[in-house]
Amino acid sequence: MIKVLFFARLREALGVASEELALPSKAHNVADLMAHLAARGGVWQQQFDGCVQIRAALNQELVANTAAIKAGDEIAFFPPVTGG
Amino acid sequence: MAVRIQTQDFDTSAEITALRRARADIGAVAVFIGQMRDMNDGSHVASMTLEHYPGMTEKALEGIVTQAKTRWDIVGALVIHRVGELKPLDQIVLVAVTSTHRGAAFAACEFIMDYLKTQAPFWKKETTPQGERWVEAKVSDDEAKARW
Repeated sequence: MIKVLFFARLREALGVASEELALPSKAHNVADLMAHLAARGGVWQQQFDGCVQIRAALNQELVANTAAIKAGDEIAFFPPVTGG
Repeated sequence: MAVRIQTQDFDTSAEITALRRARADIGAVAVFIGQMRDMNDGSHVASMTLEHYPGMTEKALEGIVTQAKTRWDIVGALVIHRVGELKPLDQIVLVAVTSTHRGAAFAACEFIMDYLKTQAPFWKKETTPQGERWVEAKVSDDEAKARW
């Protein structure tokens, strides 16, 4: 299983803050997971098809989409940050 | 070195005094306070809600402070960032850095803010007369970070 979190504008668009799912068999990295989520269609496709700017964190560290993922990981998706 | 995320306001004077008085070899204290404006991108802003990623936020800020500590000869550093609902004139963030001489404190304080702006997982949502809107990230913030 992996834990996937969504924040801010993305959380609102998807209507979900977090979910646990089995690591998809073809998902070896963050980009694969994004493609898996986009394949759900509808709002998921709109958000994860590459047109919307999305940042990713793997186990609470910012990573590039090429970062490898494995069972037990916590992966978060969110818009570019705007604190301070 | 301390990092705090909180909904309540902070007492800047008390925080700076505690940091300043920690050691007698401190000769400089540099402080940045971010305050909420009532205008942004041409609209009046009545209030703002700050969301964050509990757990990652603390780690990200601690990592930024640690980087500052490796790059400059600083004595202490404090970062307080508020979350939840804020109104214009409210304090949002405090960054305070102490060092023996001013150069390190000034530089580290600005470095911490520039990194916080682009690396720490906070998101602002504003309430304007036209409704609620998420604040867009600015290219100028990425450029500010790239200077370091």
